[in-house]
Amino acid sequence: MKTGASNVIRNGEAVLLTGIPNLSFTDFREQLLQVCEDGGRIAALFGQPAGTDSIRLFGVLANDANGQLELWSTEVGGHYPALTPICAQAHWFEREIAEQWGVKPEGHPWLKPIRFHHSYREGHDAWNRPAGIPVQPGVADFFTMTGEEVHEVAVGPVHAGIIEPGHFRFQCHGEKVYHLEISLGYQHRGVERALIGGPDKRTIPCMETLAGDTTIGHTLAHCEAVEALAACRVPARAQALRAIALELERLANHSGDLGALAGDVGYLPTASFCGRIRGDFLNLTALICGNRFGRGLVRPGGILFDLDQTRHAQLEERLEQARKDVTNAVNLLWDAPSVRSRFENAGPVPRETALELGLVGLAARASGIDRDVRAQFPSGIYRFAQIPVSSYHTGSVFARAHVRWMEIQRSIAFIFDQLRALTDGPVRAGIGPLVANHAVVSLTEGWRGEICHVVLTDAAGKFAHYKVVDPSFHNWMGLAQAMRDQQISDFPLCNKSFNLSYCGHDL
Amino acid sequence: MLKALLARAHQKHRTVGFPDQPPVLPDRLRGRPEIDAAKCSDGCRVCAEVCPTDAITVDAKGLRLDLGRCLFCPECERACPEGAIRFTTEHRLATSSRDALVLGEKEFQLARTLDEKARKLFGRSLKLRQVSAGGCNGCEADVNVLNTVVFDLGRFGIQFVASPRHADGLLITGPVTRNMESALRQTYEAVPSPKLVIAVGACAISGGPYVGHSEQRNGAEGIVPVDLYIPGCPPHPITILDGLLRLLGRMDSACRISPIMR
Repeated sequence: MKTGASNVIRNGEAVLLTGIPNLSFTDFREQLLQVCEDGGRIAALFGQPAGTDSIRLFGVLANDANGQLELWSTEVGGHYPALTPICAQAHWFEREIAEQWGVKPEGHPWLKPIRFHHSYREGHDAWNRPAGIPVQPGVADFFTMTGEEVHEVAVGPVHAGIIEPGHFRFQCHGEKVYHLEISLGYQHRGVERALIGGPDKRTIPCMETLAGDTTIGHTLAHCEAVEALAACRVPARAQALRAIALELERLANHSGDLGALAGDVGYLPTASFCGRIRGDFLNLTALICGNRFGRGLVRPGGILFDLDQTRHAQLEERLEQARKDVTNAVNLLWDAPSVRSRFENAGPVPRETALELGLVGLAARASGIDRDVRAQFPSGIYRFAQIPVSSYHTGSVFARAHVRWMEIQRSIAFIFDQLRALTDGPVRAGIGPLVANHAVVSLTEGWRGEICHVVLTDAAGKFAHYKVVDPSFHNWMGLAQAMRDQQISDFPLCNKSFNLSYCGHDL
Repeated sequence: MLKALLARAHQKHRTVGFPDQPPVLPDRLRGRPEIDAAKCSDGCRVCAEVCPTDAITVDAKGLRLDLGRCLFCPECERACPEGAIRFTTEHRLATSSRDALVLGEKEFQLARTLDEKARKLFGRSLKLRQVSAGGCNGCEADVNVLNTVVFDLGRFGIQFVASPRHADGLLITGPVTRNMESALRQTYEAVPSPKLVIAVGACAISGGPYVGHSEQRNGAEGIVPVDLYIPGCPPHPITILDGLLRLLGRMDSACRISPIMR
């Protein structure tokens, strides 16, 4: 069925739009299902308007085994037979396509909005909602359970802590959760739509705030996409410093999460220490660029702030101190039987479930899947400097904590290596206009997992379409599954063990 | 247990000396920008053109910079050929009114202390409910960090509480998405009067990078009345803490500081 080799691309490789095979829907469907059955997975699946009555669907399939991406497309009208009943990975993507373009995936088992907004295509709404009436977030059918002593717990959108809004519905019998349904969209601020016609001066701030705790990850994915479209070669020094910033972001979030997990089981020493150590890592990013989240650092063509000699020495010295502190704080966790007994067996996601749902990032690795963009689809300096993939087999809260700890150690070692090997030279190259009528898929491994940006350009070299897939988009279903048969009181612990993004999902 | 005690000795006491001692800030921090009107003589507008959120206006009255819209990105400073805009490491940014955030016309005035009656109510115990209404988790994270041992917010009697019913006010982040508008209104209504509202970050003040998107409301103002504005993207935790303490009258120094325009 393959229509030539042009559908196989690498991460960050620009290809002509006309070179992307446009299959009949039947062939497209079969192709996607076949690749997923053979161990591939859906990295992105989205629609773009094509003419008045049709939507062009693009599927980006990732083959972890050979590091190749496949890009396929097809055209659909008002409806098509859903993929979800056969391929659970497509579940959320198909709901998104239905919501954005009013295309109905027929036979979808749970077709609900995911962000609660009107369709982008006038006159087409998958739920036939009238255009003039505002869409209310969270107003939809929810999975229910009936029976004696069965009860429902509803939480959010405003939560008890300082966290982003989302709505959770638990179907419980006593303490036991039979099902958790997660309803998001409260953070939807229309980023993808606003990007069309760019790049412009608002593009980078939007990237830096897609998920604010992943500023480097998303901005890097964006920059690598536009650099591919502009055939821009980023200087080696900038590539290394970008990777250092990406790993610092991972370190801050992972150490903060380990502290928060300790807090959720009432183990205060690590909670207190790691709460501070997270800030120590953020301050290292601020040492480089003045902002704790790395805003203002990564730009198309390279980076805006270089490391001078004193700063370089200071970074090494402070990183070594943070390494000692985080080692000391985290090792307390593994030595405390009370912590281990709460972490082990809590919120398990078996490997098969993780594969079926297409989980990414540390959640996938904690379920025994070797899946890491840095190893399998490397870009930038990761093509030359590898970080071993950290995984664990139990899929529990303990596994997600343990994978974080392994990654902390490896990220620190990687940063030291990069700092020692840092080449001299410029940190930014000039960048020209983007090539017209091309597509690029850009993947980076953010601290939560795979960040995927797909950019399509128009005849003028402007963004005709911009698709962002935050790792949370794949992983929220993983959290729902992890809660099955668990005690509802373990929800904060399980939730924190994933620590997914609301704004990254809602866009 | 012994291991935990040894670890405690290793980790040491790490609470910052602020506000009794000056804060330690990164030397590249982009704090309050300084405008040198003398250097901006020809009004070339290049800074206004590169500003992602149109925070800069250049007209007959000169150059003005709206900190409520400013993302504190390096673009204007890098673009200005004359060096007329320069980011300083000045961390004190909070104001009591939206107008006060506009640099360039009048003297910059930091947030006023609450009046005596309100200070009696909230000065020694301020309970806040945080509402993220489209925030990117940047402001949320740097508000949350005030609860760590580093900033130890509890020592000032300020605490984030789980319910609006227990709160004296709201601390809002995010541009207020359409999908959070009703939840924000309801949360505000659930806070007993008298109540305070604090808007943290460019989004909550003006919509930030999303200003103008139809999916959001360009900030909290207009939906709820705002008493304290803390600009930034996100503001440094010390900036947020400074704003809160200033509101409660717990900063020793006088509220007025020397003007930026010289």
